[in-house]
Amino acid sequence: MSESPPVRARGLVKRYKEVLAVDHIDLNVHAGDVYGFLGPNGAGKTTTLRMALGLIMPTEGTVELFGRDPIREGARALQGVAGFVEAPKFYPYLSARKNLELLGALDGGRAQARIPEVLEIVELSPRAEHRVGGYSHGMRQRLGIAAALLRRPRLLILDEPATGLDPAGMRDMRELIRRLANQGITVLLSSHQLPEVQELCDRVAIVDRGRVVYEGALADLRRQGGAGYRLRSTDDARALPVLRAQPGVEHAATGEHGLSFQAQEADVGALSIALGAAGVGILALTPELATLEDLFFRLTEGAGAASGDAIPVGNGHRAQEQAHEHA
Amino acid sequence: MSTLEASPTLAPTGVVHVRRPSTLTAYRWELRKLVSQKRTYLGLGLAAILPIIFVITQNLRNVHGRDQGNIFISHITQSGLATPVLILLFLSVFMLPLIAALVAGDIVAAEDGSGTLKTILTRSVDRGQVFAAKTLAAMTYGAIAVFLSAIVATVAGVASWGFNHVITFSGSVVSAPEGLLLVFAANAVYLIPLLSVVCIGVLLSTATRNSAAAVVGTVGFTILLFIVSGIPGLESVKPYLLTEQYENWHGLLRTPTDWAPIGHSAWVCALYAVPALFAAYLVFLRRDVAGG
Repeated sequence: MSESPPVRARGLVKRYKEVLAVDHIDLNVHAGDVYGFLGPNGAGKTTTLRMALGLIMPTEGTVELFGRDPIREGARALQGVAGFVEAPKFYPYLSARKNLELLGALDGGRAQARIPEVLEIVELSPRAEHRVGGYSHGMRQRLGIAAALLRRPRLLILDEPATGLDPAGMRDMRELIRRLANQGITVLLSSHQLPEVQELCDRVAIVDRGRVVYEGALADLRRQGGAGYRLRSTDDARALPVLRAQPGVEHAATGEHGLSFQAQEADVGALSIALGAAGVGILALTPELATLEDLFFRLTEGAGAASGDAIPVGNGHRAQEQAHEHA
Repeated sequence: MSTLEASPTLAPTGVVHVRRPSTLTAYRWELRKLVSQKRTYLGLGLAAILPIIFVITQNLRNVHGRDQGNIFISHITQSGLATPVLILLFLSVFMLPLIAALVAGDIVAAEDGSGTLKTILTRSVDRGQVFAAKTLAAMTYGAIAVFLSAIVATVAGVASWGFNHVITFSGSVVSAPEGLLLVFAANAVYLIPLLSVVCIGVLLSTATRNSAAAVVGTVGFTILLFIVSGIPGLESVKPYLLTEQYENWHGLLRTPTDWAPIGHSAWVCALYAVPALFAAYLVFLRRDVAGG
């Protein structure tokens, strides 16, 4: 029997009086995913994560962690799950070690022995006896990671873990997340750092105005979001009209480093033949995928986001929009 | 985080079954948190300093057992054991409820506001356990404040006026050891209404999510009951007001012991405490934790 997925949300809704913060969100985080959860401020990411951790009650819908509902089953549903929503919070009048001892005790006590190890991992050992009230924001972020690791999680939920870290801290955080993922920990990462998500995540969900506008593999999103190519030829001036005349080739233009255009893969073969027939030699023809940042803005800004016309989505889906249209 | 490479055991090697902590563990940590906070000592300091101020003042006044309307005041210099009784009499009306409210009103709201409530609610402890631990800790604090003032008053009184027999409200004489027992029994009985105040404080702390509002609300509620008790025409409700139960311990200092006010106080206080605690529990279980 296959194990239940780390996160499975269905029709999740959170309404605050007149404000619809989360609007029928479905999420599917698979075991081993490093899953990016993206969206502009106020899109409903943090509210969704709070519901996932059982901190707030959904107005409608369900969320399950490894098949268990944190609303109905409470702490039992959080077994194997750790992380933090927004900035990690600690008791400022206790030292880092005392904070971890408290959290370890609330995890049943077995984690206590791992406190030195996790403090070492986040490089807080020298400051372990200092009160958290005197910690910088970055140190508290690292302590948040230490507190999460104390539980030996199978699913790590991190909300903006790199916020407030200096460049070296951000690099270390990325390295840590990569390392955890390599060890088989599923990571659900909410982040505004799009390059970080692009570097770390294999699957993403993009939310906008409380709804999922894309969920699926990041590679699919990038591939389908814009099959762009860059061409260096023996004669760009002669190549450009060939590009423009070629069926299936769009947005052909001269750029700083040669020509650029968009086309489906099948049309590129015909193009290379046409260029050869026109006496233009190909020096380099390289595919250029759209960056996550490009796609993010295309999905979440302007009318395209609302209508769902921003980019074609194949394996991924605008799950909620489609579901509700059918409903 | 450079030591990461040297740490091969971050991930669980199999299915990890986390042992759920006991409520006692959560309660112990609630007490440790209280002990670590400076503001905890504000209330305890008041509970300890007021008896000392009282004893110093009486020594300076050089009171010589004049009849002052209360049998314990008139016997204050004859036995140090009269002092804790008088202190209980003075502090029970306002100061001890205020001290209890300082922590009860703060214990949930402060953590909600600072965001640490979400930190502990994402561990292996259930909401009900957290609530029970916090309520017990607030009650413990109230009890410590009461007995601290009693101990300080007893020590200061005995040091000033000796460990002698005392006279009860009925005028009978009890030996010093028996008097000591009665003093602490009276303080224990006073805990009945005080713990009801704590329950109301916990309810307001949970419902308002605002420490100041909860503390002021708790104290304000007791003041309101005092006002109600003084309104002509409302004499019939007076026996059922929480504030009227603050004197329930007087029955212990009569001969023979009058248990009726203590029994009455127990069920009247339960009428305040149980619904307040139950409502607080329901609010805590179902509340959205989004603070901090």
